[in-house]
Parts: sequence; structure tokens; C-alpha cells
Amino acid sequence: MLRHFDEELQQLKNDILKMGALAQEAIINSVDALKNRDKAAAKKVIDSDIEMDKLELAIDDKCLDLIALHQPMAKDLRFIATAIKMNAELERIGDLAVDVAQRALAISDKPLLKPLVDIPILAEVAKRMVAGAIESFIKGDTELAKKVVLSDPEADTLKRSVEKELIYDYMMKDGSTADRAVPLLLAARHLERVCDHAVSMAENIIYMVDAKVVRHHPEELK
Amino acid sequence: MHNVDYEKQPGMENFHPSLVKGPVGINMNYMGEADVFGPEAKISARKVNFYYGAKRALNNINISFSPRRVTAIIGPSGCGKSTFIRLINRMHELVPGTRFEGEILIDGLDILSPACDAAELRKRVGMVFQKPNPFPKTVFENVAYGLEVNGVTDKHLIEEKVVDSLKKAALWGEIKDRLKDSALGLSGGQQQRLCIARCLAVSPEVILFDEPCASLDPISTAKIEELILTLKKEYTIVIVTHNMQQAARVSDNTAFFLMGDLIETGRTDRIFKAPRDKRTEDYITGRFG
Repeated sequence: MLRHFDEELQQLKNDILKMGALAQEAIINSVDALKNRDKAAAKKVIDSDIEMDKLELAIDDKCLDLIALHQPMAKDLRFIATAIKMNAELERIGDLAVDVAQRALAISDKPLLKPLVDIPILAEVAKRMVAGAIESFIKGDTELAKKVVLSDPEADTLKRSVEKELIYDYMMKDGSTADRAVPLLLAARHLERVCDHAVSMAENIIYMVDAKVVRHHPEELK
Repeated sequence: MHNVDYEKQPGMENFHPSLVKGPVGINMNYMGEADVFGPEAKISARKVNFYYGAKRALNNINISFSPRRVTAIIGPSGCGKSTFIRLINRMHELVPGTRFEGEILIDGLDILSPACDAAELRKRVGMVFQKPNPFPKTVFENVAYGLEVNGVTDKHLIEEKVVDSLKKAALWGEIKDRLKDSALGLSGGQQQRLCIARCLAVSPEVILFDEPCASLDPISTAKIEELILTLKKEYTIVIVTHNMQQAARVSDNTAFFLMGDLIETGRTDRIFKAPRDKRTEDYITGRFG
């Protein structure tokens, strides 16, 4: 017999899944807006953030209700604690997508400085890492969560590559490119932060499943 | 039992640091967890079996209790937890047709041995029950009773002990003007604290609590729990409780019993956040059975 509490946990899982879907959609749309200098798409991302904000509050409320009313223990406690943290990480990812969209707006009326190469790749890595974190949460798959954590250097390398190119090849050679280079620089930074949030989610998922703390303990991943 | 390097033993993180200060004898047994039977364990049960007639109620229990710590024993009804703590002050002797195997050591002395005097033992090991059971006497007489039956006649000493015990039981402020009133007129929570004071008056080393808050309201329960946390500075405490939140709040270590077996023991925070045995997890998350 499925208990009422189990049904509520399942509902919480569905809500996190929805939050994850919104976050992924926001990243995809914001990067598309950046690539295509599409003002309307950028504004849509900014406007849609309110839905994530509302869902974040509702999930937080649900988690507190579950703790207050059921006093969960062991794996239930770890699940709810992880849901609270994931909720905050996903909401922050939504905010970062808004940041990318604002950078898209900033350059939308100007000619593109250069064809975007590394930023779309970084966006793909970010999407993949967030999707991996969500999937590992839903399936309780720690191997997948570990892969997400171990993907972080890839994102860092891509961000550094974008920074290096924009700073040394453009801004230092021609200061007048700064107004188009800086928004791209910031967009790369925002996407790299999305990857950091995916890593944080994945680390929490490993704790949720195995009760093993890997945060600040990279050796535990081996 | 053999001497080993305690730091290298798996499961040692489950024991309070007070137990792992130096090399001690360790007996690796159930679930790969380590039991400490060293000089720092106040109570050690070794290979304890217990029978009600032909029915075996405890199966090969090996567990130790740290001094000045609270250990909670949890488990479903009929799992043997009350049977086990009643062995620690030989209450089982009051039930006909029972027998036991194994030994329970308190400071190295086997308290189940016929050589150990049960009356002397019960001075060292006090017990508080589910239902408050004050005598139909005054408040003062209830607390003084244990001293008087133990031959204390010095009235000043008795008075001093009664006041001290009532203070330790966090009851003095409430009933200092009612010492000559009947104990039966106190509230349930006050009666339970009076029973704790009665227990403290004979200066025990170990206090056993068998579901001490089962019949109390949340305010009285909170007072008893606060009291347990205060008392552990001086006494070794073992508490049987069905209330998992209570076990989590008051205990340092927790042991889970199931159908007469000790399934898992360890630090309370670990047991309630990340139990190792699925049966423990199922029980504490309410999915048992």
C-alpha cells in the first residue's frame, strides 16, 4: 500500500523535475537568444523566470510541511534535504539564464563580434550537466551524478578559452570591441556558473543515495 | 576478545570518542560493527540469550553502553528491548519460567551471576517505568523510601538527600511547599519526575528508562527529556522508547532491536540519517512490514 507520505514525496520529486525542465528550457532559450541576437526570445526568458520563482517558493513550502508534519528520517530526510538544495540550485540556474538573456539584449542591436564557437559548446555542456543532475536525482543514479561532477573541468576550460580569446584577441587589441566582448565574457561566466550548480546538485544527490559526503572531498569520488 | 588497533577497525566511527581514547579490547561481531568491551564501557552485554519458557526473546545480544552517555533502544513491540533493559537490573527474576545465557558486565562485574546481590545491584542501577508509580505516601516519604530501606537513619542526611534528589529531578521548585502532600496528588509529569528523584536518592550509577514519557503530555515529555540530558553528565542512561524523535533528541547512541536480535547500533545521528541495515531504515522511516 502506498502511504500518503510516499505520495507526497513522489509529488515533490515531480515538482523538482518540473523545476529542472524549466531551468533547462531557460538555458536553451537564453543561449539561442544570444546566438541569434533575438530580443523577443531574450525577453521571453526574462519573463518566464517568475514561474520558476513561484515554483521555488511552493517547493520550499512543501519541503517544510513534510519535515514539520512527518519528521522524516534516514533516506526520506536525505531526499527532502536534497530537494531543498536542488530547488535553490535550479532557481539560481533560472536566474543565470535570465542573466544570459540580458547579455543577449545588450548585444542584440550591434553586429556580432565574432561567430560564437565555444559559448554554444559551453551551453551544451551546461545543458548536459543539468540534465544529468536531474536524471540522477530522479533515478537515484550515483554513477551519473559522479559523471556530472567530473564534467566540471570541461566547463572551466571552455570558459577560460572564451575569456582568453575575447580579452587577448579582441579587447586588448581594440578597446572599442569591449561593449560587444564584455557581454559575451559575462555570458560564458554565467554558463560556467550553471555548470557549478549542476555539480553541486550532483554532489547532493550522491549524499541522498549513498549518505556519502563528496562535497569538498573529491577523493570520495574515486 | 583480542587486542587490536582500535583506530583501524571498521565501524569505530560509530562509537563516541570517549570509547576510543586508547587501545581496548574489541570484539567484532554482528554486521561488521565493533563492540567495545574495554575498560571505558560502563555496561557490556556479551552473548546474551533470554527465554520466556521455551520462547527465545533475545538472541546473542552483544552491546556496550558508554559511561555518562544516553543510549536509546528502539524497535517494534515485542522485539525484546524492554526484556533486555530489565536484565540490567535483574527485573527478569520477578518473572517465573525465565532463563538466560551470557553475561552483562557493569564495570567488569557480571551482574547476572548469582554471586552478585540483586538488592545491591538495584542501588547501582535505578529504573523508571512507563507509568509513574509513586507509593501512596507523601512526596518526602517517596524520595526518602529508598534510603530508609537501605538502613539510613540520619534524618539530616535523609533530608539533604531528598532535597538534592528533587532538585536534580527538576521538581524542587514546583513542590518544595508540598513535601507533606500525597504524591498521588501530583500531575503525571510531576509523578514521573518524583519517581526519577526516588531513583536518584540512592545514588545510582546507571538509570534505565522504560518508555518514561509514554503516558505524558508534550510539556511533561519535554521536561523529562531535558532532565535526561542533564542527568547524563553524572549517570549512564539507557532509554527504551517507541518515539523515534525522542530517541534522536536525547540519545548519543542508538540500538535497533528486531525480533530478539540486535540489528544495528551506532551513533544516533548516523543511525537516523544513514542507517546501514535496510531493516533499520524500514523501521525508522515507517515502512516496516
